Amino acid sequence: MDFRLTEDQRALRGGVRDLLEGRFGREALRAAVDSGGALDRDLWRELGAAGFFALRLPEEEGGVGLGLPEAVLVFEEAGRVLLPGPLVATHMAAGSVPGAAEGAVVVTAVDEGLVPWLEQADVVLGDTTGAVPMRSVDPLTPLHRVPVPVSVPAPGEGEARLQAALLTAAEQVGSAGRTTETAVSYAREREQFGQVIGGFQAVKHLCAGMLVRTELARAAVRAASLTVDPVEIAGAKLLADEAATANARDCLQVHGGMGFTWEADVHLHLKRAWVRAGLRLPAARAEEAVAAGL
Amino acid sequence: MDLSCTDEEEEFRARLREWLTAALPGLPPRPDPMDWPARRAYDCGWQRRLHDAGYADVHWDASPTQRLIFLEETELAGAPYVGANFVGLLHAGPTIAAEGTAEQRARWLPPVLRGDDVWCQGFSEPGAGSDLASLRTRAVRDGDAYVVTGQKIWTSHAEVADWCELLVRTDPEAPSRHRGITWLAMPMDAPGITVRPLRTLAGSTEFAEVFLDEVRVPVENRVGEENDGWRVTMVTLSFERGTAFVGEVVACRRLLGELARAARKNGTWDDAVLRRRLGRLSAEFQALWRIVQANVSEAQATGGVPGAGGSVFKLHYSHARQELYEAAAAVLGPDSLDLGRDWTLDRLSSLSYTIAAGTSQIQRNIVAERILGLPKGR
Repeated sequence: MDFRLTEDQRALRGGVRDLLEGRFGREALRAAVDSGGALDRDLWRELGAAGFFALRLPEEEGGVGLGLPEAVLVFEEAGRVLLPGPLVATHMAAGSVPGAAEGAVVVTAVDEGLVPWLEQADVVLGDTTGAVPMRSVDPLTPLHRVPVPVSVPAPGEGEARLQAALLTAAEQVGSAGRTTETAVSYAREREQFGQVIGGFQAVKHLCAGMLVRTELARAAVRAASLTVDPVEIAGAKLLADEAATANARDCLQVHGGMGFTWEADVHLHLKRAWVRAGLRLPAARAEEAVAAGL
Repeated sequence: MDLSCTDEEEEFRARLREWLTAALPGLPPRPDPMDWPARRAYDCGWQRRLHDAGYADVHWDASPTQRLIFLEETELAGAPYVGANFVGLLHAGPTIAAEGTAEQRARWLPPVLRGDDVWCQGFSEPGAGSDLASLRTRAVRDGDAYVVTGQKIWTSHAEVADWCELLVRTDPEAPSRHRGITWLAMPMDAPGITVRPLRTLAGSTEFAEVFLDEVRVPVENRVGEENDGWRVTMVTLSFERGTAFVGEVVACRRLLGELARAARKNGTWDDAVLRRRLGRLSAEFQALWRIVQANVSEAQATGGVPGAGGSVFKLHYSHARQELYEAAAAVLGPDSLDLGRDWTLDRLSSLSYTIAAGTSQIQRNIVAERILGLPKGR
């Protein structure tokens, strides 16, 4: 047993981090917000060329030939920088929807009564009858609402749905890690009462709690990528949703008044975390799924 | 990332399972929790069996992964806990192994491994809890002995212990409070020691106060240099925060299963709020188990004792375990007020988890300062 990342996995994570920080750093993030939710097709193709979508396709089909454990590392990095677009749906469609693997085609999917990026996508999986646009809480995730008949039971969690939930959870972990770092770095700089606020236990303990949530969710997500156990995946999504949303809120609190401004990035993390928590196995069903395993 | 065991690890597990299956039916009945001499005899008898089967030093010499497997399998099999041998095997023993002289190791370690000697811990004092370095129990050198006077508290198994790992202040004038502390092995039958049991809120006497009135401890019983006891002690505390809770996470996952069965039986399972609460707890304990595996992997690779990652684990574990008993109370309803139920006593005992072995507040300071790099300060 060795639960640590292998050398190759660390190199993969480092490579993806460098790529995303170079291609989607803070300026690009704020420009995307200002653009009002346009999808950057050039970036999408670059992600495709880097193997983001074809990561798990076999090499003989033009893929990278890696597995779910590597995919969660890559999606964690995407979550860190708030990379926009229907990343999970397109990744899952690679190999079945032509063009998805290369980043030439943008694929989205109906999920939990919502369709992200409906107008920008080339292919939509699922029934969009009656879809109406809504003013999405997240400036970087346009949403449509689709009616969900009350009489229809919730869909079963097939393997593909579970994998999509796990990759979404990985993005949440990335966001939770980033908001922890942001809170800590602000707490080390901001001074009040003649000292940096990170020296006050009231602030330190908030930050420590953020790290605990992140580590718990990260261990759950990584383990689930290895076991691919449905109950463990549901638990991982549950804890990752909790880590991303609660950490964004604590990060906001550490920032004080600045955290409530549009200029600070923390609201972007919170809003995206809310959207991801509402998609792909939301808390109520995840809790039921884990309880059913007891 | 690999959660599967190597062939060697699987072989260790299989051999241990086989031994447990054969050994456990031969154990005597569990002693009355209030009968301390009987508890000592039971715990030492178990340690002797482990010793004779070659598992005595699993906490010290085995690899972290083997230790994890040992703790997991013994818990799954329902084997006894380390009990009265906790301090000997997990605190004092590792300290002596790391810092003692060859003579000291030869003198003290074999009896611990055989289950002959029981150790207790004299660290905390009424005025030195979280702030352990403020301890004031005085030791004054007098020829070939230290003369020790002071008071210790929260000492488990003091009534039945043979030895006490004792922290004393040998230099009150030292420039730093952390200097001037010395680690001594004190024989519990020395004149001048008075042990007074402390009754906990659970009604039992799990701890004792130990009063020391000019107790003579031979200088040869000092481990490490005089005034260097703080550093010597840190080795021990790292052990406590490392793999000490592995068996308990396994136990919690079993308890949660029992609770779900009880809830299905008495109808509370139909309450979606309660059911979902149990689901969330189950996800948390599963993740805690994964954190244990991550910490053990790290320890295995670096060869060192577990670091601050243990604090991350302990913070959530202690909270989750208390939540487990709160959920149990909701499942049991009126029966949760019956002290005749194990759940009720365990709920009371669990109140110490966020305090013992470093309060949650101290653990958060450790996480914030040592992992996140935030400044020291209050």
